[in-house]
Amino acid sequence: MTDRYIARAPDVAARTIGDELMIMSGRDSSLFSLNETAAALWDLADGTTPLAEIVERHICAEFDVDPEEALADAQALADELAAHGILIVSDAPIRR
Amino acid sequence: MTTTTTAVNVGGVCIGLRTSSARYVDLLHERFAGYIEPSSRPDYEFEVELVEPREDAPDRDVRVYREGGHWRIERGDFEAALDPVSRRGRIRQDANPYSVDSLLRIVHTLALAPQGGFLLHASSAVRHGRAHVFAGVSGAGKTTMARLAPPDALVMTDEVSCLRREGRGYVAHGTPFAGELARPGANVSAPVEAIYMLKHGRENRVAALEPAQAARALLSTILFFAEDPALVRQVFASALELVERMPVRRLTFVPEAGAWDLI
Repeated sequence: MTDRYIARAPDVAARTIGDELMIMSGRDSSLFSLNETAAALWDLADGTTPLAEIVERHICAEFDVDPEEALADAQALADELAAHGILIVSDAPIRR
Repeated sequence: MTTTTTAVNVGGVCIGLRTSSARYVDLLHERFAGYIEPSSRPDYEFEVELVEPREDAPDRDVRVYREGGHWRIERGDFEAALDPVSRRGRIRQDANPYSVDSLLRIVHTLALAPQGGFLLHASSAVRHGRAHVFAGVSGAGKTTMARLAPPDALVMTDEVSCLRREGRGYVAHGTPFAGELARPGANVSAPVEAIYMLKHGRENRVAALEPAQAARALLSTILFFAEDPALVRQVFASALELVERMPVRRLTFVPEAGAWDLI
């Protein structure tokens, strides 16, 4: 399976408030609220670490979840956030 | 033909409208009664070009975007441009009050955002020297709360409130932007006591909102139009800052005067 890479989009504003990570798209002002697991994924979206590695090393270790299920969930979330323009998903490392 | 500038000052942001049409000046005085500054130097100034009303004017939503260093503001019934550096611009519209009302709201959002200020979908009233702000989307009860205000409260608007950061807190300013009451609010200012997010219910109740809930609710009521990532980030940061500094509560209410007993 091809590695996938994720990076935070440049035109977004993000901040943790209470126990939620709130993200606003600078493109269309839409607002997103991420739970703890999704927020961890967001924090680790550096564009160079493969998504599978992020999930295995950090998500599974920290949140005690099934690796296959966690990866599938992470991919679905990444695709959803990418569809809203707040995350970049690529088959190659994302250099800035 | 004499050209004059009529200046409308809302919350300390003064916008001049320059026209040779006496009819248009009358329209401004009627629409923005209490907010006209006869001898002021406006912060922003627009040349008004009046055109004949068009039966076939396109029914387009408002767009606010940057092009060539200028703000472009467009809707079916008007188009405007603003140089953000010189703060001079122009508006092309027919002589109706709605186009210029929208222009003023939009320019205020652009002017207030960098200073941590907002226009909110909210009614507000001053009582005992403090402003109480009642925010919500259309139908939430903004005008109802304004109508139910006790005799010793002064209604600052029943539709769009102006909030500006001042020191550690916020000051609410009256606005001429009217909802169902169809009249300008009182042109007064007062420190904000609290913001209430409105919800119809079967009883009157006030509850504190968690910070994230408060931020979501507040962001849903901020007027903001610009397609501009930098400004969006500023508004987002300012909204979260307000939530940290001000009490934001949920006011569940039935439409009766007793709702004000909880304020």
